[in-house]
Amino acid sequence: MTYTGLPASVEAIRRVREDPHRLGHRAHGPEEPVAGAGHGETGPARKRIIVGYGFWIYLLSDIVLFSCFFAAFAVLRGATAGGPTISQIVDIPRVAIETTALLLSSYTCMLSFAATNARSRLWTQIFLLITGFLGLVFVLLELQEFIELAARGITPQVSGMLTSFFGLVGLHGLHVTLGGLWLATMLAQVQVKGFRPEIVHRLICFNLFWHALDIVWIGIFTIVYLLGSLT
Amino acid sequence: MSNLESDPHLYTGVLDDREDHAPGDAPEESAGHWVRNANIGLGFSIVLTVASFLLAGSNAIYAPAIPVALIVLAIAQMGVHLVFFLHITTGPDNTNNILALAFGTLVVFLIVVGSIWIMANLSDNMMPTGQLMQMQR
Repeated sequence: MTYTGLPASVEAIRRVREDPHRLGHRAHGPEEPVAGAGHGETGPARKRIIVGYGFWIYLLSDIVLFSCFFAAFAVLRGATAGGPTISQIVDIPRVAIETTALLLSSYTCMLSFAATNARSRLWTQIFLLITGFLGLVFVLLELQEFIELAARGITPQVSGMLTSFFGLVGLHGLHVTLGGLWLATMLAQVQVKGFRPEIVHRLICFNLFWHALDIVWIGIFTIVYLLGSLT
Repeated sequence: MSNLESDPHLYTGVLDDREDHAPGDAPEESAGHWVRNANIGLGFSIVLTVASFLLAGSNAIYAPAIPVALIVLAIAQMGVHLVFFLHITTGPDNTNNILALAFGTLVVFLIVVGSIWIMANLSDNMMPTGQLMQMQR
């Protein structure tokens, strides 16, 4: 230890104030590596970190998949082939309700995770149930929209724009549906198995998935619906 | 002398002893911290979403600027979700997550902007359909 002339405690407080995140003081340097962090020669990181990070990579790849559908929609937006234009098929009030449902479900999902952290099974289940209910409302509204459009003869094969529209919105709806199935299995697992480490890992991953779907929906309601309603 | 300097955790008060964090997973906090975080995130999201929907149906600002404003609001809201719901921070414990996010954003940007750019260029340079028919005869 270098001697700076100050008592050790004063010196320590100074260091924390100047460098609260300890940048440059991580375990990579001459200090001892920390076990379980995946640093140095301490072996692999802990399971929780690997699971969360791996799922984060999956989510980013899923967002890349969505970006292809967004790109297709952006390119084909004007390719109506004599069919209806995007401004003729958007229904803003319904989209507003869908957005509200999904945003609130993201919120209750996070509350369920707060309850998980507090190890409260009852509240975890209650908030997960509300999340699932709001997700169901979203999916049903989207189905209703597709059925109404189909009744007006507006189907994916009419034009390139409609193909990309149904592809993008439908892919997101499919994700929400599958997320709902996952949520149902999580309800059962929490009930039967309780908060074992692997169950908590799955709850972390489910939270990430649900929030990522909300992020994708922000892109959809802005680029497809709100920008579509302008023209 | 003490060995305080060599102890990596003693003073921080900022990081827990886990050193590295997965997204959606912050240092262990009381449930109140998570609820407060969720409330702030929801508050920001509501403001930004309502602003988007109001802006789309109004003529409060210069009309050609509306698409840009909507996209800015959407990006802001994605940022709010990342910070308050997915717990992406700028702390050193999040370096891996941030790097992965940066790479993902780069790929998304390349795909979307590249597609729009190339296809716009292609359609600009394409011969009008009628003329093409003539040539094929």
